Amino acid sequence: MKKITLAILIILSMQSCKDNTQNKNVTKEKPISDLSIYNLPSQWTNQDGKNIELKSLKGNVLVMVMIYTSCKAACPRLVADMRSIESKLKPETKKNIKLILVSIDPETDTPQRLKSFAIENKMNQEPWIFLRSTEENTREFAAVLAVNYKKITPIDFSHSNIISVFNPEGELIYQQEGLGVNNDETVNKINQEAEKIR
Amino acid sequence: MQKRISIFIFLLVHIASINAQEAKMASIKEGSFVPLYGASSKKPTVVKSFFLDVYPVTNEDFLNFIKKNPSYSKSKIKGIFADKSYLAYWKNNFDFGSANPKSPVTSVSWFAAKKYCECQGKRLPTMEEWEYAAMADEKRIDARTKTEFNTYILSWYEKSKTYENTIGSTFKNYWGVYDLHGLVWEWTSDFNSIFLSGESRKDKNNDKNLFCGSASVNATDLMDYAAFMRYAFRGSLKANYSTRNLGFRCASTTKY
Repeated sequence: MKKITLAILIILSMQSCKDNTQNKNVTKEKPISDLSIYNLPSQWTNQDGKNIELKSLKGNVLVMVMIYTSCKAACPRLVADMRSIESKLKPETKKNIKLILVSIDPETDTPQRLKSFAIENKMNQEPWIFLRSTEENTREFAAVLAVNYKKITPIDFSHSNIISVFNPEGELIYQQEGLGVNNDETVNKINQEAEKIR
Repeated sequence: MQKRISIFIFLLVHIASINAQEAKMASIKEGSFVPLYGASSKKPTVVKSFFLDVYPVTNEDFLNFIKKNPSYSKSKIKGIFADKSYLAYWKNNFDFGSANPKSPVTSVSWFAAKKYCECQGKRLPTMEEWEYAAMADEKRIDARTKTEFNTYILSWYEKSKTYENTIGSTFKNYWGVYDLHGLVWEWTSDFNSIFLSGESRKDKNNDKNLFCGSASVNATDLMDYAAFMRYAFRGSLKANYSTRNLGFRCASTTKY
């Protein structure tokens, strides 16, 4: 009997195609909403080389941007924009907020590389998180954020400059487009959402 | 013992049913071409050998997929994966109504198309792979400079409801692939790698503000108007969009 169960397990695991929504493990908590990024199954690695699932971030307000660390043009400005947002967060509710930089160049941006980028930019502490995944997961994630990107040379990417805000359910609630734009509304949205969390 | 045998048979049938869904694929040999968009300095892009479905995925094929993955049916699919027009022409979850079973499935989102291919052990073709395979006519690998070829494609763009036609009703190209032009537009894995100015998204400031490096991406051949239309269309898409003239087919790096 054991053998059969094993055989079934093997066969099931061979199917790359799993019906994710029929996942039985998530019944205890409130179900994930239809528009939530936590419906995405993708696995990510942070700057400490730790594997995390997006779902583990549930319950926080997320501020996300897609960058690559070897970028010389827009990314430093995008990082500066993120920093500017961080400086305006209300100290009382800041603990409910994560600022996340996702790499669009997972090949170059190894966890080590992300780590040194974090240290160089003095972002190697809360509330900053750096994430990378496979090229496919990254493409899918960008699709959700409506971020377009393309490798134009071995070291350079063309990409949309968009900062996205997600509520604790993982629903996209606001996007700031462009570089160096006024971020008052973005900051307001983030603070409002963070205050709702007890 | 009997239980054991019945489970064994179940598994065999299961495997057979996976194989039954296999679609015919054509082998596309490695080569290089200069795509309309995306090449940095008009240098040719190399496309490695790959396999591409001979036909687009049909209503019938897609129904089989949904039966196995009900979470991708029109009433169950999550909002993040598809907008409201997902499979809008289907009668209900497991019925495509009066649509032709052998015509391409359309009104599918990128997420659903991607999932379908994954379930076949395949993937969506990249934009470069798709464009490379689609520049061939019956006889030539690259027919883009041929007037008749471009006229054919552009005249299709003017026809309406070609999505109702049966797969295989257009020409067989050099690689043995049908219907790349003539029935429906098709999703590619990296459709969201396009940068066109004045695209449908609100880019209030100039493009350089929204897109870093956009200045280095230029049209290599504005004569290639047909391709320009495809890129412009892809540039206007979002991954949860579904429209009646947009279908897909799958690709694979290794022989499946």
